[in-house]
Amino acid sequence: MSLSDGWEMVVGLEVHTELKTKTKMFCGCPNAFGAAPNTNVCPICLGLPGSLPVLNVRAVELAMAIGTALHSTISPSTFHRKNYFYPDMPKDFQISQYDLPINAGGYLDLPDGSTVSIERAHLEEDTGKSTHLGGSGRIHGADRSLVDYNRSGVPLVEIVSGPDIRSAAQARAYVGELRGILIATGASDGRMEEGSMRIDANVSVRKSGEPFGTRCEIKNLNSLRSLQRAIDFEAQRQIDLLDKGGKIRQETRHWDEILATTSTMRVKEEADDYRYFREPDLVDLIPDQAWQDRVRDALGPMPAERRALLSARLSSPTDALLGAVEVVIDLGLDGYVNGAIDANVAPELAIARAANELAAGIDTLDHLTLASFVETLSMEQSGDLSATQAKTVLLELLAKSGDPKDIAATRGFERLASGAVGDIVAAVIEANPDEWSRYREGDEKLAQFFIGQVMARTKGQANGKEVIAELQTRR
Amino acid sequence: MNSAEQIARDVQSGSMSATSVLEMSLDAIRARNEELNVFLYVDEEGALEAATNIDARVAKGENVGPLAGVPIALKDNLCQDGIPTTCSSKILEGWRPPYNATVVERLFAAGAVPVGKTNLDEFAMGSSTENSAFGPTRNPLNPSRVPGGSSGGSAAAVAADMTPLALGSDTGGSIRQPAALCGLVGMKPSYGLVSRYGLIAFASSLDQIGPLTKSVTDAAMLLEAIAGHDVMDSTSLPEPAPSLIAHVNDGVAGKRIGLVRELFDGADEDVVASVELAVEALREAGATIVELSVPEFRLGLSAYYLIAPAEASSNLARFDGVRYGLRVNEADVTAMMEATRTAGFGDEVKRRIMLGTYALSAGYFDAYYGQALKVRTLTIDAFARAYLQADLLLGATTPSVAFEFGSKTSNPMAMYLSDVFTIPSNLSGEPAISVPFGTGEAGLPTGVQLLGPGRSEAQLFAAARVLEIANGRP
Repeated sequence: MSLSDGWEMVVGLEVHTELKTKTKMFCGCPNAFGAAPNTNVCPICLGLPGSLPVLNVRAVELAMAIGTALHSTISPSTFHRKNYFYPDMPKDFQISQYDLPINAGGYLDLPDGSTVSIERAHLEEDTGKSTHLGGSGRIHGADRSLVDYNRSGVPLVEIVSGPDIRSAAQARAYVGELRGILIATGASDGRMEEGSMRIDANVSVRKSGEPFGTRCEIKNLNSLRSLQRAIDFEAQRQIDLLDKGGKIRQETRHWDEILATTSTMRVKEEADDYRYFREPDLVDLIPDQAWQDRVRDALGPMPAERRALLSARLSSPTDALLGAVEVVIDLGLDGYVNGAIDANVAPELAIARAANELAAGIDTLDHLTLASFVETLSMEQSGDLSATQAKTVLLELLAKSGDPKDIAATRGFERLASGAVGDIVAAVIEANPDEWSRYREGDEKLAQFFIGQVMARTKGQANGKEVIAELQTRR
Repeated sequence: MNSAEQIARDVQSGSMSATSVLEMSLDAIRARNEELNVFLYVDEEGALEAATNIDARVAKGENVGPLAGVPIALKDNLCQDGIPTTCSSKILEGWRPPYNATVVERLFAAGAVPVGKTNLDEFAMGSSTENSAFGPTRNPLNPSRVPGGSSGGSAAAVAADMTPLALGSDTGGSIRQPAALCGLVGMKPSYGLVSRYGLIAFASSLDQIGPLTKSVTDAAMLLEAIAGHDVMDSTSLPEPAPSLIAHVNDGVAGKRIGLVRELFDGADEDVVASVELAVEALREAGATIVELSVPEFRLGLSAYYLIAPAEASSNLARFDGVRYGLRVNEADVTAMMEATRTAGFGDEVKRRIMLGTYALSAGYFDAYYGQALKVRTLTIDAFARAYLQADLLLGATTPSVAFEFGSKTSNPMAMYLSDVFTIPSNLSGEPAISVPFGTGEAGLPTGVQLLGPGRSEAQLFAAARVLEIANGRP
């Protein structure tokens, strides 16, 4: 979307990412999504009187890994209490970082060549989750509210960008690249739909070259699509308002996915007063150089580098192929692809199978070993499996693991003898005389019918193009 | 009631059963609890089970632990699994913690028998135990007087021979001041020596759990049992519990003891007289007395009444009616929280929450809380300079002996001044002990205070023991 004449949007993003630790930030409860409500809780994450927090060292390491990948300065830092009352926050304060975050400064290069500055990436604890029933469905005016504290105390890193983003598409690219980094560092699974990443967008508009306008913050955007649509809507709303001579009020706004609009959540009459002060129950966090070095050394290559490496392996990089490379890198599937290419699988084939079949089965990727991926693709490349059969084998491997040869044998996927397709095509024509005559009279749609029949008789082994060629010679 | 030292020896040797000791304790509670309002809850069943278990283990020849069969009273801001814990506040009435404080775990491991929960100023905010939502505790030595506070119930339990040991918590003097007013030994240990896990926080950076006992040796025994690193408390000192009992009789020969003017200036004459007698006793035992002035101590009270309320305003936010304790239903959640807190907290707690909220607010932070933190640093530095000239410091614990009920309730500042001599050690995080020494107005005991640098508990007990002997305790 392009803005009306002379207008420019200014966007800064706050990305909250849940860290993939085994346990919560300040207690030993499992950090797991999807358990029955209020089962992963203890006196500490319920904030029961007398309980005290103990910092999870793994959470600190993952935060340092994120900072390292974002070129931040890792600094001695402190924890503060952010005080406000909210029922899903059991202590009625959140342990966060304030003036001394663990990661200060930094930047992120985007695939289009632009750079977005990073202000900070700090550690904090997540809150519980409220569900408001009946009435308004919001906290004020609901009949009843239920709170699940399983998420309470899950470690978060909040990554705050500078106000450097100038379009919704760039915002989307920023989050996509950041997501790749979070996955690559092992800090996050990047699953936005499960709330592993949540985004607040600060949006303002200005005439090019003028100072920043008044900003509005859109809360809790939880998909790339919502992010892009919400930013576009909000920028246009502000422009329309200003064009009509109105003024922007600094406020927090809510994105309604169904109505595709933003609306006022709360107005900031004055700056929120969270009464931050040093958390007296925790000691200062001072990662020494040796620890920082260990984190840096353990870090693999980041998405930008991996994207470049994989693209360089393509002999003729088309836009479609580069798009598929993007998917492969975003999902962290390049280990499979590079492994397959190393074993002489054609890069195009490896990228296609990763970007489609593996991407679709990403949730159960643990089932698929590199060896079985390589073996399946090698069988396809040599003609032992057709494309359809290779995809079937991959889906089964993803679903429940196994040996590609065994799966192929169990399913009766055998290579056709040369000339066999011609015989089968002839048999299919003989069995379907009506369809054959209509096809001969020019009903091209029936080609698919004949391919389907041949595939059924060969259990998918036949090559579609070969079937068409056989039909053409008999037409 | 015998000393804890004697009871533990008798129970371990089998010459006395833990159950019979417990029965004496429960009899004493039955005899005077109604009059004195010491215990808010007595866990007869649980205590009997613990005592029976100890007797069975003794019969099998097991070593039960250093506090074998010794009944102990717990201030009601310490969590014990399944036992009502109120902080003497209506807002927590009916709540039973699902876990034990670390000190409670350690007491059980040492063979002690927790008998119940004692009264305190609501959320440990006060110096007379008059701020309890469940009525004041009376001083067993003179029931028309306060026992001090906020650990007034724990002090009264020991003073009334209900239990030989009690645990209190000390944020600005809440162990030492009631110890002085009830004629007991009370110690606030170095910050981090005793785990705070399971102590319901008043002011986290100042709170410490410590012993209230009749003798120095009993205090050392109890502290040794509960001290030492705990992974559940990030501010816990890294080292294991120090050896304390072994040093109780080390004496003070060759020690330099600093008599600090600011630690008795303004106290009643009888209190000052006791401090002067303590000077003589220490000198006679071989200590050198150095007269010192530490003007920074005068600033302590003001800094304390910003830092402690600031932390409290945050620590007490969780009492919102959502999860436990009192809930006053209202149309929506914000109104429910407001109504619950309005009904659940007493005046002094509300006063401090407001003070603390104000001190942390944008625009006032630097002038109040920020300034108080600077004073705290000044206090720490002043202590460090004093300890270049003296090994330990000496002064009064409180400005007066136990006072009459109601005599200070109308004027919060007068009440706050009760803690003027005890607060500096909380700000510095260093240990201090109050030991009964001398007699004052109306025949009530006076307490003197010994202060030491971080982790000097063993030296403080040794010096306190010298005074205890001079005061007539063998």
